[in-house]
Amino acid sequence: MKRLNLWAAALLLTLCAGMAHAELTIEITKGSDQAIPIAIVPMEGGDELPEEVSRIVGNDLERSGRFKPLSRDSLISRPSNSDDVHYQDWQQLDSEYLVVGKVENQDGQYRIQYELLDVNGEDRMLGEVVTSSRDQLRDSAHYISDQIFEEITGIRGAFSTSIAYVTSNGVDDNIKYALNIADSDGHNNQEILSSDEPIMSPAWSPDGRKLAYVSFETGRPAIYVQNLSTGQRIQLTSFEGINGAPAWSPDGRKLAMSLSKDGQPEIYVMDVGSRDLTRLTHSDAIDTEPEWAPNGRSLIFTSDRSGNPQIYRYNLGDEQAQRITFTGSYNSRGRFNPDGDAIFMVTRDDDGFHIARQDLDTDRMTVLTDSNWDESPSVAPNGTMVIFATQEGTRGVLGAVSDDGSASFRLPSPQGDVREPAWSPFLD
Amino acid sequence: MQLKPYAQGFAVAISLAVLAGCSSTGGTQDGSMDGTSGTGTAGSGSASSQGMESGQGTSGSEMSDRDAIPEERTIYFAFDRDTIRPEFESVLEAHAQYLKNHPNTDVVLEGHTDERGTREYNLGLGERRAQAVEQYLSVEGVSSSQIEIVSYGEERPAARGHDEESYAQNRRVVFSY
Repeated sequence: MKRLNLWAAALLLTLCAGMAHAELTIEITKGSDQAIPIAIVPMEGGDELPEEVSRIVGNDLERSGRFKPLSRDSLISRPSNSDDVHYQDWQQLDSEYLVVGKVENQDGQYRIQYELLDVNGEDRMLGEVVTSSRDQLRDSAHYISDQIFEEITGIRGAFSTSIAYVTSNGVDDNIKYALNIADSDGHNNQEILSSDEPIMSPAWSPDGRKLAYVSFETGRPAIYVQNLSTGQRIQLTSFEGINGAPAWSPDGRKLAMSLSKDGQPEIYVMDVGSRDLTRLTHSDAIDTEPEWAPNGRSLIFTSDRSGNPQIYRYNLGDEQAQRITFTGSYNSRGRFNPDGDAIFMVTRDDDGFHIARQDLDTDRMTVLTDSNWDESPSVAPNGTMVIFATQEGTRGVLGAVSDDGSASFRLPSPQGDVREPAWSPFLD
Repeated sequence: MQLKPYAQGFAVAISLAVLAGCSSTGGTQDGSMDGTSGTGTAGSGSASSQGMESGQGTSGSEMSDRDAIPEERTIYFAFDRDTIRPEFESVLEAHAQYLKNHPNTDVVLEGHTDERGTREYNLGLGERRAQAVEQYLSVEGVSSSQIEIVSYGEERPAARGHDEESYAQNRRVVFSY
């Protein structure tokens, strides 16, 4: 019976996935002056594809803030092979790089051949053939973007990753909440949980296979862990009071969380296997929003023990917590960059709430966004972008900003509120 | 022990959750679900399958008692405050009286905040407001066993606007019987 139910659930998941959900669409709000001009020639045979690979690659690279793809109208010629390229043409266009290629349909499989060329060095940097089924075309395009990005910048591309986020529609007793997962460009979104009660704080396990989150579906908050491939899930905690802000340790064995079972929200760490619980903080204040340092030796968290919310760092070695943010009266929900030498957070000034970055060696804080309702920063696994929730008119939408603030884009949703984005780790 | 493995019911719960998701977008599959989920009612959300609540007896029969639950069930707070405003003391006293007269009735104090600030931090602020109400009730002589606190933070706004009028409606504690 249980097996049958699971099978039925799997079938329904598939059905849901197949339904037309409104997709998030990207809108570049700020381009960087430093963006590298790159010409992406539409692949020969590419306009017959259900998904246009060249366009997806161009959008990926543009969204990163590091590249400025030339408009298609400005392309002088449309070579599909490096042998046919006249480098002078592209030098005249001031394009530093050039991508050419072609797609062939072979017995239902697509054979995508692409090359990356250095225009000034007149050199072929990369050439590869990717075989893709019809359903994998978007994934293949993101893969190609990853290869180009890494070849030029030396930084691993994060286009083949996902984001989880929460949506809500309605007011008060009539709100519908849903937890969704989409590609990093907002496409292919899939609802993995829906409820009449709040869903909060999705957090990816380091291997990208599970999501921890808070759901109020029993009438009170509890932390759940859901396996994304099977849909199977467990209720990990349901203590009295707040069960909030789950955060995976880098080894995936523990979850830090905020529990108020002893009166005030405090930071705890639970061993996911044994469910042993260790309390880290002891204050009369709100201690919440824990996040592990990438090396696993410390955690940061938000506390208002000083009178207003600030970020503290708890060292697991000496079990001491020290305040690390001092600029402004409201700093919360810190997230580390992958190197662990900077944090991104929410900061408040006279205009509202923004995403800021603080370098931990200098303690210098830089405000990255000029929008005023920004929260829930989540860092791309390669550290180049931060996705966050913001407002557009009266709706919650997702925005992203480069790690230095030089480039930003929006992923507006056609309906309802979108918030609490969580960028997945690398998925392979 | 408060930890309850969820495993025994997960398949049903997930079926329901998925069904709820489907019905909001398509909604013609109710019939096909009935046979597999075993619980029938479609789109009722996944809460029903869990039964996690303890000691929260449904008190329908008590509703017919001589004094009804006080009608005013929401009190409001100032920005960033959890202090009870004097104009709401009479509301709290009415609930205190009701709860003392009905020692078998439980109430959930739902704490809410406006949208400003981060979500998890606001859960803490909402809880503080509900705790302030709990403390008031307990000083009035209400048994703590009748009171449960659930903070929703900013997750269940009563008003969606981004203005002080909406914020003021959202900074609240609701008595939920």
